[in-house]
Amino acid sequence: MSVRDDIAARMPGGDAGLILAVLATAYLLYVLAGVVLGYDLRGQLNSLATLTFYIGVFAMLSLALNLHWGYTGLFNIGIVGFMAVGVYVMALVSKPTFVAGGAAQVGGLGLPLWVGIIAGMVAAAVLGFVVALPALRLRADYLAIVTIAMSEIVRFSFLSGDLQQFQLFGSKVGFGGGSGLILDFVPPLEALFQSVGLWGVYLGFVDATKVIVPTNPKPVVDGLVYGLLLLTFVTVFFWLLKRTGESPFGRVLKAIREDEDVANALGKDTDRFKIKSFMLGCALMGLAGILWLMPQGAVTPNFFRPRVTFFVWIALIIGGAGSNTGSVLGGATFAALLYQGPRYFQNLVTTVLPNLDSPPGFGQAIGPLISQLDPVPFLLYTIDSIRQLQLVVMGLVLIWLMHNRPEGLLGHRKETASVISLSRPKAAAAATDGGSADGDVQTDGGVDVADNNGGVDDE
Amino acid sequence: MGIAETYSRGREFAIERPFALVLGVIAAYLLGDLLLGLATGQTQFADIGSLAWDGLMRGLVIGLAGIGLSMTYSILNFANFSHGDYITAGAFSGWSTTYLLAGLGRADIGALMLVGAGGSVYGGTLGIGMLSTPLAVIAGIVVAGGFTILLSLAVDRTIFKPIRDEGGITLLITSIGVAFALRYLMQFVFGSDVRGTTAQPPSVGLYLVDGTVFIDAHDITLLVIASGLMLGVHLLLQRTKLGKAMRAMADNEDLARITGIPTERVVRSTWIIGGGLTGIAGYMFILWKGTLGFNDGWLLLLLIFAAVILGGIGSIYGAITGGLVIGLTASMSVLWIPSAFARAAAFVVMIVILLVKPSGLFSGRSTA
Repeated sequence: MSVRDDIAARMPGGDAGLILAVLATAYLLYVLAGVVLGYDLRGQLNSLATLTFYIGVFAMLSLALNLHWGYTGLFNIGIVGFMAVGVYVMALVSKPTFVAGGAAQVGGLGLPLWVGIIAGMVAAAVLGFVVALPALRLRADYLAIVTIAMSEIVRFSFLSGDLQQFQLFGSKVGFGGGSGLILDFVPPLEALFQSVGLWGVYLGFVDATKVIVPTNPKPVVDGLVYGLLLLTFVTVFFWLLKRTGESPFGRVLKAIREDEDVANALGKDTDRFKIKSFMLGCALMGLAGILWLMPQGAVTPNFFRPRVTFFVWIALIIGGAGSNTGSVLGGATFAALLYQGPRYFQNLVTTVLPNLDSPPGFGQAIGPLISQLDPVPFLLYTIDSIRQLQLVVMGLVLIWLMHNRPEGLLGHRKETASVISLSRPKAAAAATDGGSADGDVQTDGGVDVADNNGGVDDE
Repeated sequence: MGIAETYSRGREFAIERPFALVLGVIAAYLLGDLLLGLATGQTQFADIGSLAWDGLMRGLVIGLAGIGLSMTYSILNFANFSHGDYITAGAFSGWSTTYLLAGLGRADIGALMLVGAGGSVYGGTLGIGMLSTPLAVIAGIVVAGGFTILLSLAVDRTIFKPIRDEGGITLLITSIGVAFALRYLMQFVFGSDVRGTTAQPPSVGLYLVDGTVFIDAHDITLLVIASGLMLGVHLLLQRTKLGKAMRAMADNEDLARITGIPTERVVRSTWIIGGGLTGIAGYMFILWKGTLGFNDGWLLLLLIFAAVILGGIGSIYGAITGGLVIGLTASMSVLWIPSAFARAAAFVVMIVILLVKPSGLFSGRSTA
């Protein structure tokens, strides 16, 4: 543990430097992969935009989950339900009103996009309140089962034909049922730039990029700008959670995580604190869900399967619960290596070895291996089904992490509750570090100091 | 005086247990709605009978699979999220055997072993059923149980044993990893298509007031096997030392160990009993519903959790009762609400029970 923290301490710029270094490595890897794949500039920019997008959404989601699990110790495995409610309520509020004969089956209330986003966040928070009210009094594993059941209830509800369309304030609205919902509002970037009066400037900028991308540069530029927008949101999330964690409110949350009875005995109404923290995290999850699906053009309920929840959990566990820097790092690592990585690997293989017919099923793949010791069809089938195997790999990574590094890359760092720096001189820290081989002892003194010496405090 | 007393007692009850009162009102409303439907002829007795029978069958599967989950939950202290994929693993191993025995010589062996992946063989064409191919089905049941026992022991040895002393949440997260790896490995091998596994079994119609309730041969098979196994587990845990050792371990593991109970051996027995029942439940589930897909166990898992929590973690009677309640709820709720919400209704019942009686119906009676 101390080795990793030493790295963080030696990094110029501390935690921010560490995040930038990891991002830079990821981008470098993707650019290299793009070179091997023979992408032109447009392809490179597109692949970087996609990578940025996923880094952004997973970093946001794992930051929000860190508030639940890392700060407050609430075991929420219904993340995807809060995302779904956020997106669907946002769509309901912001979709244009129904016009007969249009592409969309149902309309919305036609309110501006920002109203929809706020409504979506509020709805996610309210759902969080409803779930938290009964479940918080129960054991941690009951909360887990209640939240995952809730996320499935949400998915079934949006899938059902009964909510497909209904009347609200005299207009025909709905959630589209299993066939999905077209998000036919103004594209988010256009709405954003128009609201600050810079849409014309932005279009001019897009025109200017024709120097780099000669034909139709708008989708490429849009993708990159949206990725940057997401990274800005990550920064805002990070700042918000850092402030929350350092506030008196955040200190109570950490006290609840460590020992709820003690916090209770000190006169804190722990239920109230837990509910507030849960609602805040749910609102952030709703926002992350909105930002994820807003530019996609359409949304179907089956996107919100529980596996997305576990993606976020893997991201948080890779990074280390309890650390905001770790959450961002985990989100970035997960997005770059586990989420997008295997797809790139598949692309790489099919580029290097084109025109290979992979067998249609496992039987045809394993047959030659058994009868003639010919491994080629099996390998081809493996490459072809990499999207399923990717999930197997994620499961194995999760098991490995829980066995070998349950605290993640940056988890369990000492979180100082005091407002002033409590760091001891460095010599003392070195003695503590060198003097014991036991990890638990180190966390008492050594890590604390290493963290604070890094310049930027994590929590 | 009598009236005043009743009134004041009623008011006390309303103040002390507002949830129970609200629930009572809702239950009365639902019952009234049902009776009104019956009186006006909108709802038929036979429909209710069919739904109740369907719910009973579903409940038996959930209860059978729930016993294993409940046992590992109380003895190893963690919610095992890979349990659903043990169900699927049992189903695939058992059905692979059944296909092989039923279709030997009539179709390609590879296609049979992969349970007709990609539409290469159909269970209906092979004429699989309890009455048409009894040997293949019974062999499938045995293999499903045996394979799941081996699988759960192997997973326990390699994955859960090294971190047995960690907290329940660590084990829970690990079990999610196991679930992912198992499920998508099965998809890798068996493909993602949902296949029909059985030919239409013969059925008898029972006359009920205003219509017929159909009961087929696979329903009867499920009923016989599930109740037989439940009775067997009951006797095993009541009459042998193993049951006592399990109860002791669920109560206090350290105390059990210093009393000389071989705790690791008890854990192994738990996985053997639980894994076997789970695998057989998976096989019977597929026999009963007639289709098989790689997601089946996972989709059933949440209902099983609901049943186990409802019944009270650690009690096998609780798991069985909970399973029946959840199964009946999931099937019969369509009398009142749209069918898309049937599964949601089962979860709502679980949440309501958590509110009113968090320790479950059979609380305090761990493992038999």
